[in-house]
Amino acid sequence: MSRDAENREQFRPEAHDNEHFLLTTVVGSYPKPKWLNRANDLAEDPDSKFTQEHLHEAHDDACRVITNEHERSGLDTVVDGEMRREEMVEYFAHRIPGYEFNGPVKVWGHNYFDKPSVVGEVEYDEPWLVDEFEFTSDVASKPVKVPITGPYTLASWSFNEHYDSEADLAYALADLVNEEIEQLVEAGATYIQIDEPALATTPDDHAIVGECLERIVAGVPDEVRIGLHVCYGDYSRIYPELNDYPIDEFDVELCNGGYEQIDVFTDPEFEPDLALGVVDVHTAEVETVEEIKENIKQGLKVVPPEKLTVSPDCGVKLLPREVAYQKMENMVKAAREVEAELDAGEIDLDASVPQAD
Amino acid sequence: MTELVSTTPGLYPLPDWAKQELSDLKGHQKHDLISGNEGADIVSAYDRAREEVVSEQTDAGLDRVVEGQLRWDDMLAHPLTVHENVETGGIVRYYDNNNFYRDPQVRGELTFSGDVAAELDATADLLGDESLQAVLPGPYSLSDLATDEYYGDEADFLDAVSEFLAGEVDAFPEHETLFLLEPSLVFSPPGEDVDDRVPEAISAVSDATDADVVVHTYWGALDEKVYAHLMDADVDAIGFDFVAGDRDQTLYNINEYGTKDDIALGLVDGQNTLVEDPETVRERVEWTLDQVQSQTFDTAYVTSNTELFYLPENRATEKLAALAAATEDELEVEA
Repeated sequence: MSRDAENREQFRPEAHDNEHFLLTTVVGSYPKPKWLNRANDLAEDPDSKFTQEHLHEAHDDACRVITNEHERSGLDTVVDGEMRREEMVEYFAHRIPGYEFNGPVKVWGHNYFDKPSVVGEVEYDEPWLVDEFEFTSDVASKPVKVPITGPYTLASWSFNEHYDSEADLAYALADLVNEEIEQLVEAGATYIQIDEPALATTPDDHAIVGECLERIVAGVPDEVRIGLHVCYGDYSRIYPELNDYPIDEFDVELCNGGYEQIDVFTDPEFEPDLALGVVDVHTAEVETVEEIKENIKQGLKVVPPEKLTVSPDCGVKLLPREVAYQKMENMVKAAREVEAELDAGEIDLDASVPQAD
Repeated sequence: MTELVSTTPGLYPLPDWAKQELSDLKGHQKHDLISGNEGADIVSAYDRAREEVVSEQTDAGLDRVVEGQLRWDDMLAHPLTVHENVETGGIVRYYDNNNFYRDPQVRGELTFSGDVAAELDATADLLGDESLQAVLPGPYSLSDLATDEYYGDEADFLDAVSEFLAGEVDAFPEHETLFLLEPSLVFSPPGEDVDDRVPEAISAVSDATDADVVVHTYWGALDEKVYAHLMDADVDAIGFDFVAGDRDQTLYNINEYGTKDDIALGLVDGQNTLVEDPETVRERVEWTLDQVQSQTFDTAYVTSNTELFYLPENRATEKLAALAAATEDELEVEA
């Protein structure tokens, strides 16, 4: 069963003009400023006088700039663009005792990733994201969303030398994610997104992801919003099973595929809130506000407006920075216009569209 | 007494220095990948990398030495992606892995290429008394990984790929063994249209060499019917994955339908950094051979189940040593 998703109202801005409220958000990653990449290189160069402290300062500065960029675009909830993270598995594996790194492995062509190995029991040591969250909250005037790589993906994209099965490793990691969320909530976090892209490649493991989520949300207060992000999969293979996930919101890319799969989610009734990708992150062409409005209306086939969140398909880090910004700005504009049209009764919510209780 | 021969199915990880050097020379994008007519700097980097992985194998004492297929940016699809009548399309997932290759779209006749023969010539020059092992995708897997936009019919395309591979093999320098990798037989088994043509397609490649030919399968057990057909192929051994997937089904197939006089045993995990002890590998060899009640073998190839490029360089090297040590005559294991 989905959790009680009544927690979305806390993200409605005070000065929101419309009666309807489509929560606008992003998945997480954002293009890094060029100078930050240069700073990373310098920090790795033993001959340079650029220290880890300098790099930390550069990361802080980048987080300030990108958080502000999110706010300027008008988003209701913001992130820091994951400025401190290079890769979604490595970042966490470096912080979890039990992991070791042996060197890069090929993904494709000359693109590599430091795929880590789990060589002992995974443990919770220092918090992973609490400092990052506190910093971003301090500089942000909007609520901050925290993306965390999910335990199933952390397990699947590692070498498992220690646990009897990948599922056992995923469950052990899920307990650590639960501990991290507890710390984040204590620090004031109200919106957490679990990223599980690996589920898209092995959808038959949906029950393992379900069990992981049960462990992740254990003891997490209802007012904390829990989202699950999955991308580029065949959703008929995890739907309707995902209705049983204990989440508030399911975040999915569908813009890239031209909403070919949207009907998958219409029968049976979709239970969690839907966070729908309404701009494509794999094309540098900026969608117009009108186009995005049509994409948002695709979401209304699945859920009523009270349960619809809008976001880009996925992290936008591979786009040119100005394109990423323009997509966010147009997305927010489109959401506000759709809200106004809903207020005015100009959008006919088809009788077949499920209504909230 | 079964002779144990240590080997690998090839496709090694690039040495870490070569990962860096080649990514600087070639770039990271789709159009930067290997085309078959690379410049002198790139050729030189691959030559040095080849020399390194060849000496790693000879130092480890492997009984068969492979070229390492370090240039195969598109993994098993490589022999087609560098072909002049093939265009490369989008990046597509390589089986169930977090790896991707360029979709080879066959737009014209699959004429002789000689790309793999050139790699093997360079390898043969590096070897003394050691035995060279050639590696190719099997015809079914190569046709399964590709998109046919020329031959039009699945069976005709399979035959064309098979004829192409046979032509390539014909140009190979002298080699002791040829491994034909056929993971698609497990991963996406042939349908009824072509399943009885697969053994013929494999035999056609096999007939192009005097070397011992092993058709190696992995990522699980073969479907019973696919296995029964495969037994009709004119090869010296079939290789089985005893790491991933259903061991019982594999043993059932072997005991029910018999197998060739030689066998290849995928017993070292090509996709996990945990390095097996030689004793553990040897125990697995003996356990597996014990499970085949119906026959004894002249030769058992002891190998990793999959290609090795999934591993970081250090662990891949350690696995070579484990394989070589596991097949030493003097290694003793508690029965």
